[in-house]
Amino acid sequence: MRLSIGDRVFTSVNGLLLGIIALVTFFPLYYVFVVSFTDPTEYLQKKFVLFPQSWSLDSYQYMLSSKAFLRSLGNSGFLATVGTACSLVVTAALAYSLSRKRLRGRRVFMLGILLTILFSPGIIPHYMVVRQLGMINSIWSLIIPALASGWNVILMKSFFDSIPAELEESAQIDGCNDMGIWVRIILPLSLPSLAAFGLFYAVGYWNQYFSALLYLNDSSKWPIQVLLQNMLLSANNSDLAVSTTASVAPPSETLQMAAVIIATLPILAVYPFLQKHFAKGAMVGSVKG
Amino acid sequence: MARTSEMALSKAKARPRAKSRLWFDLKRDKYLYILAFPGLLFFLVFKYVPMAEVIIAFQNYSPFMGIWKSPWVGLQHFERFFANPDFMLLFRNTMAINLLNLALFFPLPIIVSLMLNELRSVIYKRIVQSIVYMPHFLSWVIIAGLTFLLFAKGQGVVNKILEAMGMERIGFLTSPNLFWIMVTAQSVWKEAGWGTIIFLAAIAGVDPQIYEAARMDGAGRFRQMWHVTLPAIRSVIVILLILRLGHIMDVGFEQIFLMYNGAVSKVAEVFDTYVYRVGIQQAQFSYSTAVGLFKSVVGLALVLIANKVAKKFGEEGVF
Repeated sequence: MRLSIGDRVFTSVNGLLLGIIALVTFFPLYYVFVVSFTDPTEYLQKKFVLFPQSWSLDSYQYMLSSKAFLRSLGNSGFLATVGTACSLVVTAALAYSLSRKRLRGRRVFMLGILLTILFSPGIIPHYMVVRQLGMINSIWSLIIPALASGWNVILMKSFFDSIPAELEESAQIDGCNDMGIWVRIILPLSLPSLAAFGLFYAVGYWNQYFSALLYLNDSSKWPIQVLLQNMLLSANNSDLAVSTTASVAPPSETLQMAAVIIATLPILAVYPFLQKHFAKGAMVGSVKG
Repeated sequence: MARTSEMALSKAKARPRAKSRLWFDLKRDKYLYILAFPGLLFFLVFKYVPMAEVIIAFQNYSPFMGIWKSPWVGLQHFERFFANPDFMLLFRNTMAINLLNLALFFPLPIIVSLMLNELRSVIYKRIVQSIVYMPHFLSWVIIAGLTFLLFAKGQGVVNKILEAMGMERIGFLTSPNLFWIMVTAQSVWKEAGWGTIIFLAAIAGVDPQIYEAARMDGAGRFRQMWHVTLPAIRSVIVILLILRLGHIMDVGFEQIFLMYNGAVSKVAEVFDTYVYRVGIQQAQFSYSTAVGLFKSVVGLALVLIANKVAKKFGEEGVF
C-alpha cells in the first residue's frame, strides 16, 4: 500500500509518542531493578545509577536473611494460592448455576448480586461483620470476606452462557448430573478463562493491604504488603521529620528496592504466561454487540 | 414405601399446581443449588448483612449493647457531619481528585488505544502493550513506595537530577499544591495502560469494510480514526463514563492513605480516609457509618442519573 506523506508523518509521530509512553511507564521499574543490584558503596558515591558498574547481591542477601520478611512472603503466598483456589471454586460454581436458565430464583439472585456492585455500605459495617464472626486477627479474615466479587460472578456467568447447550445435553444423556457436567465438561472447557480470573484473584490476594491493616494486629500474620509499607513508607517520612533513620549495612534505599523487586517477582513470573488471557478475563461478555 | 409415595401424590394433588412444580424444580436442580449455595451465602453474609448494619448510622451504637439495644438518634450523625467544617474539606478534596481524574485519566486510555490501533508493527505493539499493562498488577504499596523512591526530597532520583541540573529540590510529597497532581499522575501511570484493553477490544470489532469505504472517500489515517474508529467505540466510552461517575465519591482508599502525611492533610483527607480515621481509629462507629452511607447513597444516585441521561441521548447505558 502506498502511503501519503501525511500518513507517514502520522505513523512515525504516533510510534514515537507510544515509545515515550512505554519508556515513562518502564523507567521506575527499571530504576528500582538496577539500584537493587547496585553495589551499595557505588550507590552511595554516585548521584544516580542508570547502569551499575559493580553488581552486587548484598541487598537481596540481607532481605532474604530477614525472618520477618520471609514469613510475610510465606503469608502472602498462602493467601494467593489458597485464596485464589477458594475464590475460583465459589465464583465458578455460583456463576455456572446462574447461567442455567431453568434455575428458579435466578433473576432474584442476579439482581441481588448486581445491587452489591452498585451499592456498598462502606468500611465500618463490613468491619463489624468480620469482627462479629470472630475473624479478627485470623488470616482467614483476608480470604473469606474477599471470596467473590459481583463483577467476577457476572462476567463468568456470561462466559458460561456462551458455552453451547448441546454439550450439556449430550452429557446428560450419558447419565451425567449437573455436578458432573460442571466438573467434567464446563470447567475443563473454561480453563483459559479460569486462568485469567485466577490471575486477577491471585493478584488481588497478593496485593491485599488494607484488609490486613484492618483485621490483623499480630505482625507475624502480616502479608508482604504491610511489611513493605512499614519498610518503604515509614522510613521515607524522613522528608517530614529532620531525624534520619540510622541505616544498617547496605543503604536503606537499595534494601527497599530489593524488597520491592522480591515482592513483585511472583507477579512478573506469571505475567508472560497469562498475558494472552488478559483481554478475555478483563471483559468476557462485558462489551455489548 | 408405597404408602409414602401415595401420600406425596395425594398431597401434590391437593396443593395448587405451582407448589408441586416448585418442589419438582428444586429437586431436579438440587446440584445447581448446592453449587450456588456457598456463593449465595457469601453475598448474603458479606454484602447484605453489612447493608443491614448501616442502620447503626441512625443509632448511638455501642459494641456492648449491640444493634438491638443501642439507642436511636435519628439523623443526628448526619446533621453533625454536614455542620462539621471537615465536610466541605472532604467534599472539595474528593471532587478535586476525581475531576482531575476525569479530565486527565479518563480520556487517556481512549487516546492510547486509538494510537495503539494505528501501529502497523505487531511486535512493537505487543512490546508497548506488555509494558503499559504491567503497573496495573502492582499494589498501591509498591506504587507509593516507587513514588517515594523517585520523588522523595532527600534521596529521590528526580530531585537528584534536578539538583545535578542546578535547580532547587522540590518537596513533591509534602507540597499541598502538588498532592492532587501527584495522585492523578500515579493513577495514570498505574491504570491508563490497562484501561486500553476494553477500547482495543471494541476497536477490534469494527467492520474493516467501513475503513475501506472511508479510504475510498479519501480519508487519511487521522480522518479514519476520527470518523470511523472513535464513533465505533462511543457506546463503550459512555458505559465506562457512567460507571466512573458512580465512583466520583470514591477515591482509591489505599492510594490516598499511603500518600497521606501531615504536611498535605488539608488536601489529602477524603471520605474514605476520614471514615477510617474516625471509625476504626477513634471507634466512632455510628458517626463514621453515617459518613460512609452518605457517600454510598450519593454514588448510587449518580450512577442511576448518569444511566438515565445516557439513555435519553440514545445510548444503551449499563442497565
